[in-house]
Amino acid sequence: MTAKKHTDPFIWLAVSSSIIIIAFILFPLIEMVAQPTFADLIATAKDKEVISSIWLSLYTSGMAALISFLFGTPFAYLLARKNFWGKNFIESIIDLPIMIPHPVVGIAILSIAGQNHWLGQAMSSIGIRIMGSVTGIIVVLTFVGLPFYVNTVKAGFEAIPSRLENVSRSLGASITGTFFRVTFPLAWRSMVVGMIMCTARAVSEFGAVVIVAYHPMIAPVMIYERFTAYGLKYSQPVAVWLIIVCLFLFLLLRIFSVQKKN
Amino acid sequence: MIRVENISKNLGEFFLTDINLEVNAIDYFMIVGPTGAGKTILLETIAGIYRPDKGKIFLNDHDITNAPPRDRNINVVYQDYMLFPHLTAAQNIGFGLRSRKISKTVTKRKINEVANLLGISHLLCRYSDTLSGGEKQRVSIARAIITEPKALLLDEPLSALDPQTKDKLRHELKKIHLLMKTTIIHVTHSLEEAFFLGDQIALLDKGKIVQVGEPKEVFRKPNSKFTADFMGVDNIFKGKSTIINGASHIDAGGITIVSTTPAYGNLFASIRPEEIFVSKQPIVSSARNSFHGNVENIIDKGVILNLLIDVGIPFIVVITRQSLDSMKLKISDSVYITFKAAAVHVF
Repeated sequence: MTAKKHTDPFIWLAVSSSIIIIAFILFPLIEMVAQPTFADLIATAKDKEVISSIWLSLYTSGMAALISFLFGTPFAYLLARKNFWGKNFIESIIDLPIMIPHPVVGIAILSIAGQNHWLGQAMSSIGIRIMGSVTGIIVVLTFVGLPFYVNTVKAGFEAIPSRLENVSRSLGASITGTFFRVTFPLAWRSMVVGMIMCTARAVSEFGAVVIVAYHPMIAPVMIYERFTAYGLKYSQPVAVWLIIVCLFLFLLLRIFSVQKKN
Repeated sequence: MIRVENISKNLGEFFLTDINLEVNAIDYFMIVGPTGAGKTILLETIAGIYRPDKGKIFLNDHDITNAPPRDRNINVVYQDYMLFPHLTAAQNIGFGLRSRKISKTVTKRKINEVANLLGISHLLCRYSDTLSGGEKQRVSIARAIITEPKALLLDEPLSALDPQTKDKLRHELKKIHLLMKTTIIHVTHSLEEAFFLGDQIALLDKGKIVQVGEPKEVFRKPNSKFTADFMGVDNIFKGKSTIINGASHIDAGGITIVSTTPAYGNLFASIRPEEIFVSKQPIVSSARNSFHGNVENIIDKGVILNLLIDVGIPFIVVITRQSLDSMKLKISDSVYITFKAAAVHVF
């Protein structure tokens, strides 16, 4: 007698939930990509305003990733390697930008960048303007993107046994030498992944940017403007192009994280 | 020479308390202790990875307590090899020379020399993830000795290896020590390794040094219950073996022990206490080893008891309480001990 194969109801629940979730994510995206005509897409791709807004989005997000790399790497190393009093507190500060509502981020940055604040006055006296400028956009995007970089790279450093660094130091390398000869070659991949994560997060930011800089226009702001001024049909093609760019970033992320496992 | 004076270090889970050690310039010094005794942090403190909370460390009479690891020329070999995965075996071995800005030609020559010494010349272009455990440990040892360190610290270097590789590398460590004449501190939980390699042995328990001395002395005269328990696991004897009819006859100073493992020359033999029979009369059996002696001591361990029986050399034998009662054994009774030649482990 062969035993009848019995599938636990929980498996059915899990499978159907998974299908619902995947459909929930993909269906609106596919519809949005499918609705504009090919001619609309080509026309949009030729629109100078669209090109410059997507380019500005990429440029400012990329700058945010670069700044995160320069300042975030040593910071992530410190968090990964050292135990100190108040470390948990510092770690939760790093996560703050993820939790704060996006418009609040914009308002917070304006609070120190305006003419009423000493820092705003100091910056304006050396010619740095935050409100309505590319600099302002980069500041906002760095603010929201940094946690993604720092957390990813911190995990990357933690995956390297500190005894490898001990061996290097007892073999005559200085702390700096050890970082560049051992730690960096083993952790650079996590830095690339961190920069991609940071860029992806920055590209998608709208709420904070729209408060600090409506102009010059980054892609999400432009999509919002076309939607409110002309309607759904005119915002969709821009959105499609932005999505293509994001998918490309996501693909890069996958390639690097898969290589990392090997 | 390494001298450790009153070193204390607290890392929470692991700690050292008032450690005092003196390791002579050319000694092979073994530190033995159970898991969590603080063996690794003692090595890492000597290497300069941790700064002690108090106490001093001297290397050839220089105070190196506050010197950074790079200025000590004390190299560490870990149980899990810790090879740099992004570098080839050759680059791993040459790492310390590159730190010292040694020229490429000299570096290359020295890499070849140590690779020859350890029999890994054919592996030099390989990355560590393609090497076996034994090969990795050879690369790691090569990397540690190439800078001609003032001391070599080995943290359970053989524990992760299979028995045959372990045995080979044990001999090679001895060879390297004789060749380099450098101070070696070797941490292990294996008594076999301690006896085979150690000129001196220190027992570490709960962050404290319990006993220091020559292996034989520590084994024969344990100064605490911990030492007795830790060392008492095995009967270990030093002896000289000759092969007669394919079996080893080991002269262990007064008695001749027969082992089925063919081995020649100076060696160690060990017999687990539970492999030994005790009887009041000589027994006729297939067991090749039988000796007559006296019960010197009976140590009560609850369900089981340890008998110390002197048959010219002292043996520890484990028996159950039931056996003791039915045989009516007392201290200074005359007894026979018997064990099979196959129960004699030779190393």
